[in-house]
Amino acid sequence: MTLPAKPGLLHRPNLLLALLICAALPLSLLAGRVWIDPASTPNASVILAELRLPRGLLALVIGAGLGAAGAAMQGYLRNPLADPGLFGIAPGAALGAVICLWFGAALPFASTGLLVPIFALVGAGGAMALLSLIAGRTGGIALFTLAGMMIASLAGALTSLAISLAPNAFAMSEIVSWLMGALTDRSWGDFWIALPLTVVGIACLILAGKGLDALILGEAAARSMGMNPARLQALLIVGVGLTVGSGVAVAGIVGFVGLIVPHLVRPLTDQKPSSLIVPSALAGALLVLVADSICRILPLVTELRLGIALSLIGAPFFLWLLLQMRRRLT
Amino acid sequence: MSASLGLEAAGLSVTRGGRRVLDDVSLRLEQGTITAICGPNGAGKSTLLEALAGLNRPASGNVLLGGRALADIAALERARRVGYLPQAAEIAWDVAVRNLVKLGRMPHRDADHPAGQGAVHQAMKALDLLPFADRPVSQLSGGERARALLARVLAGTPAWILADEPLAALDIAHQDSLIRHLGHAARGGAGVVLVLHDLALAMNHADRVVVLDQGHVAADGAGGVALDPSIIRRVWGVECEWLGSEGRFALSNGPAR
Repeated sequence: MTLPAKPGLLHRPNLLLALLICAALPLSLLAGRVWIDPASTPNASVILAELRLPRGLLALVIGAGLGAAGAAMQGYLRNPLADPGLFGIAPGAALGAVICLWFGAALPFASTGLLVPIFALVGAGGAMALLSLIAGRTGGIALFTLAGMMIASLAGALTSLAISLAPNAFAMSEIVSWLMGALTDRSWGDFWIALPLTVVGIACLILAGKGLDALILGEAAARSMGMNPARLQALLIVGVGLTVGSGVAVAGIVGFVGLIVPHLVRPLTDQKPSSLIVPSALAGALLVLVADSICRILPLVTELRLGIALSLIGAPFFLWLLLQMRRRLT
Repeated sequence: MSASLGLEAAGLSVTRGGRRVLDDVSLRLEQGTITAICGPNGAGKSTLLEALAGLNRPASGNVLLGGRALADIAALERARRVGYLPQAAEIAWDVAVRNLVKLGRMPHRDADHPAGQGAVHQAMKALDLLPFADRPVSQLSGGERARALLARVLAGTPAWILADEPLAALDIAHQDSLIRHLGHAARGGAGVVLVLHDLALAMNHADRVVVLDQGHVAADGAGGVALDPSIIRRVWGVECEWLGSEGRFALSNGPAR
């Protein structure tokens, strides 16, 4: 008899990653240009509670959303090179934020600091609506992908247009540096925007897991097994939209997490897309937390932007991945 | 295997990109037998199989399962009754054989319950896959892969098994073993419908052969009738004769003179 599977083994990466997060979070709170000794630093509790804790928790939330979204998109497209950024939601959210920054202080409530995230969420929602309008009828994967890429390229072009027509140099530099993605000076307000949306988004992606598993055998076989393509697509649009949209809303464009993390996690699982979503969320959370902490520690004149740091790690990793895949094919 | 549950096409037409791929096809298929669908490239074989599996929308006519239009049956219920194996199925991720076969229980939603596990075990056993149960699919040979993909369908214990070219790209030994497994499923009561390019395989192993030509049924009957050289000449435009004897026929063919 070889039947009994060992489900316990599959949960081990989750446990391991959760433990690593538990260890990394307190360390990240202490880490920074100024290392905090909670016992002796004056105002340590204020710095921790109002600056570093929300920032650390926000890093976890954003990373979790990006990791889970990446895992789901790779499963949906049956392609390890898929990235949630391809589907127009991140560029749509960025466009929303850029429009807000373009008008800057002219807008009402600009001083609350929550206007940019709200505009970004509207942008993400617009991209989601367009995606479902174009592709949602049939639930076909090819149309969905093309529609997403077109929305991404349109939103990207409009973002560039906004930058080139920026009313003044200050707005332009604000837009450009926002686009680079960062977690500096984030508040509890940002955290409370991102947390519920990301949790709901990840829940949608978990619900999509069974359908993604069916897609292992291709679209036709999956439909023959009762997978409902329109439902799966709707779950993914909402799931990726909420996770990535809220991530961009509070942190700008943070690339490569959605691409890299599923690859790092996949060998630890049974490779089924449904088994990948939760560990990818945990690993994404850990990666963004650690990357953001490193950005803070590095002794540079100005802090390295998180988006840049992750791309610096991500691009070489991507190349390595391509070489690996080519080696496997030959 | 569930009680008798007829599958039939009634005046079925399917269009694709404005072209009528199937035109008014009516067929009543029999459970407990192997039916082969043959025909030249572009005759509509795969389209017919997809329609029988409920995967495309007929332009007119119906596919009836147990007398009910397939379009009116919930997707999961249809999936429990009709198993479909697409042509040249690609496996996206490097899952273990057992997990691949388990996907067949998806319509039953019991992959982790004893009933589902039993069916998965049975299917793997029937196709001699137990020794490979934990092996990743990337490490399987072509023949083992084909067996694993068929085991996925069998694990769903469907009343109908529809397979598109399941024997293509297999060597003759594996073709032989796979068709024996399909024959076994048919004797167990399932209706087996195969799209086959290889006319000799259809002739030797199918209880009934349906020849499609440009979306129409050109011939329908036992292999000896539907694949008569005169019909092959008319449909494929190939001059040929059958050599050998019952169950071991081979086709000797050349261009039409």
